[in-house]
Amino acid sequence: MFELMVADGVGNLPYARHQMALTLGWHIIFACFGIAFPAIVVFTEWLGHRRGDAALTGLAHTWAKAMGVLFAAGAVSGTLLSFEMGILWPGLMDRFGEVFGFPFVLEGFAFFVEAIFVGVYLFGWNRLSPRAHMLSALPMVVAGIAGAFFVVSANAWMNNPRGFRLNADGDVIDARPWAAMFGPSTWPQFTHMWLAAFMVTGFLIASVYAVGMLRGRRDRHHRMGLLIPLTVAAIITPVQIGVGDWIANTVADNQPAKLAAMEGQYKTTAGADLSLGGVYVDEELRYALEIPNGLSLLIHHDPDGVVPGLEEVPSDQRPPVNVVHIAYNAMVAIGTALLGLAVWFGLVWWRRRRLPHTAWFLRAVGVSGTAAVVAMEAGWVTTEVGRQPWIVYGLMRTEEAVSPAGGLAWGLAAVIAVYSLLTFFTVVVLRRLARGRDTFAPQEEGARR
Amino acid sequence: MTLAYAVLGVAFVGLIAYALFGGADFGGGIWDLLAGGTERGRAVRERVENSIGPVWEANHVWLIFVLVILWTGFSEGFAAAVTTLYIPLTLAAFGIIARGTAFAYRKSVGSLQMRRFFGAAFALSSLLTPFFFGAVVGGVASGRVPPRIAGGDVVTSWANPTSMLGGTLAVLVCAYLAAVFLCGDARRDGEHELAEAFRRRALVTAVVTGVLGLAGIAVLRADAPMLFDGLTGRGLPAVLLSVVAGLAALGLLLTRRYIAARLTSALAVTAILVGWAAGQYPYLLLPSLTVEQAATGHSTLLALLVALCVGTVVLIPALVFLYTLFQRPPHGLEHPNRSSPRTAERQ
Repeated sequence: MFELMVADGVGNLPYARHQMALTLGWHIIFACFGIAFPAIVVFTEWLGHRRGDAALTGLAHTWAKAMGVLFAAGAVSGTLLSFEMGILWPGLMDRFGEVFGFPFVLEGFAFFVEAIFVGVYLFGWNRLSPRAHMLSALPMVVAGIAGAFFVVSANAWMNNPRGFRLNADGDVIDARPWAAMFGPSTWPQFTHMWLAAFMVTGFLIASVYAVGMLRGRRDRHHRMGLLIPLTVAAIITPVQIGVGDWIANTVADNQPAKLAAMEGQYKTTAGADLSLGGVYVDEELRYALEIPNGLSLLIHHDPDGVVPGLEEVPSDQRPPVNVVHIAYNAMVAIGTALLGLAVWFGLVWWRRRRLPHTAWFLRAVGVSGTAAVVAMEAGWVTTEVGRQPWIVYGLMRTEEAVSPAGGLAWGLAAVIAVYSLLTFFTVVVLRRLARGRDTFAPQEEGARR
Repeated sequence: MTLAYAVLGVAFVGLIAYALFGGADFGGGIWDLLAGGTERGRAVRERVENSIGPVWEANHVWLIFVLVILWTGFSEGFAAAVTTLYIPLTLAAFGIIARGTAFAYRKSVGSLQMRRFFGAAFALSSLLTPFFFGAVVGGVASGRVPPRIAGGDVVTSWANPTSMLGGTLAVLVCAYLAAVFLCGDARRDGEHELAEAFRRRALVTAVVTGVLGLAGIAVLRADAPMLFDGLTGRGLPAVLLSVVAGLAALGLLLTRRYIAARLTSALAVTAILVGWAAGQYPYLLLPSLTVEQAATGHSTLLALLVALCVGTVVLIPALVFLYTLFQRPPHGLEHPNRSSPRTAERQ
């Protein structure tokens, strides 16, 4: 017990990193719903209103209920993160807070607007005209996107720090917070995350209805519940693959060590092969499936382009290769499978205006939601672990930023316990919402009184 | 006034808003906790739920607002305070998670047992969260946070007499504000018995808070002399204003003028917070780190101030819209196409 209480920055590093990974990885699933779900719900409400279609209106009503639960979980789990920025990484905030803290202030406003209009939208169902009610969702949609931009721009800054100078002592002078927000990673990272949010939300909601249809509930409610979110996700997926190429090129230009780790590439090579799978042992990737010249082609759009390997980087500045490589491959593999699902759905819909008849289609949609979440988490593991050992790329190592306070190991244990309970109850509540329609919705409270 | 004070002032206004609005939401949970058994407490619990349901998430954002301003504008002080005080802050964050999720999940579960469980989690965390925030304020105000990363004792920085006083006062103030706010809400909706019940609660809490406040003077004198000197020196006018406003609120409650009682109660809480700030001036972290020393560079502070001014223009109308929308009674009849299929069955 006593060794756990020792105040030691480097000793705290694994605890702090695991706590951050757990809480951030949890929050981000709900953040996706905050970004994408309002747009899908209000589109459905609008369609139902325009067509006078009670099934669509009912669907919007059910989804609004789920949105209330998901938004609450996202809002409160985000709060712990904002504490953790200081509790776990005081070195980062102390030295660089003035440079990259600013987008979080803007995110504060975006979150404010979103929270206000979530309240208006969910509880205003009986207090506003139909048109005003639909309009009240628009600030929520815009704020969700803006909030994602600000948070991701802060992360992009950690990958490509800009907008300040350092004096001889390494202290920040001349911080320019606006410039810091628009580094080379910001737009590709934001676009990638924004689309990922729509994929996660679309595939997850669709998967709930796919499972229902597999159990024989094939009414209009279920068909539309599958069709609308799946259409959104299917349109976005091919775009996301293109954005993936953009972001990989940005990484190649700005963070060669991260790219080399993603590909498990040790030697700097002209005409580098693209390696799928495999394990990185002794500075070599083994058992991988190699596509000749694939990597050079992807990165430089030239089969003989030179791709720098990990050998270019001192060994104490290399990220853990296997985690990054496997996470990256997992994301790409799942993304490709989801593209296949989207194409299947798109082709059948285009030719026949119906869903594919086979139960395998519903099964595929049924797992697509979980798969999309795994792909998104794998993407974050790729970028976050791939940035290691830096918390601010090239400038501050993660162990320099971590808090030396005693007892962080107990903090991690407590966080694991709390999040286990939280996950259990969240799953219970969401399963119940997905199954039955006999629960109170927040927007029905007015009617209940 | 310098740029640093302008930015800190905005953060302080955010803190006051969090204390008043977020505090009242926590107070609602405290009354839920004390409402008694399932049957006896039903009316109080429904009143609390209906009043805070649409607004608690927006009210919660004030906390985030304060945090992000502090970490951008006063990075050094922020890093020092949250590392030393990480235990109560983490516990408060757990409380926020439990309160928010239990409140939102409670409506979506069917069985009475699960509802009771979530209800208890909501109510208990509504009590603990303000306590830990009060303890954090007590730690800062009694000068137990040195201006270094994790420089203070991670236990005694918040397990001390001033922090215990701060935590207890925070809980009482939350409960008091909620009771006063709910008096008006209950009367507006024609629930006169409930309004009387909350009036009794408000009166009792006001007296208890006042007595503890007086006793607290002795605690501060012994445990936090710098704060004591500040409160009885530069902060004295604000402290006296708080006392006067508190007494006025008591009189207004006795004569059932609930709207005026809300305003004077809010004034009393605001004034005591201003007294604390004035008492600490010019220090961000007593006894050595001043606001000017802790402030970050000019261009960051300027960008912050511009963003805060522009953001306020968006925020204030939106907040006013939210509060006025839910202070009005709902429409009597729903639009036929918009009612849920189940609404009719339940009524």
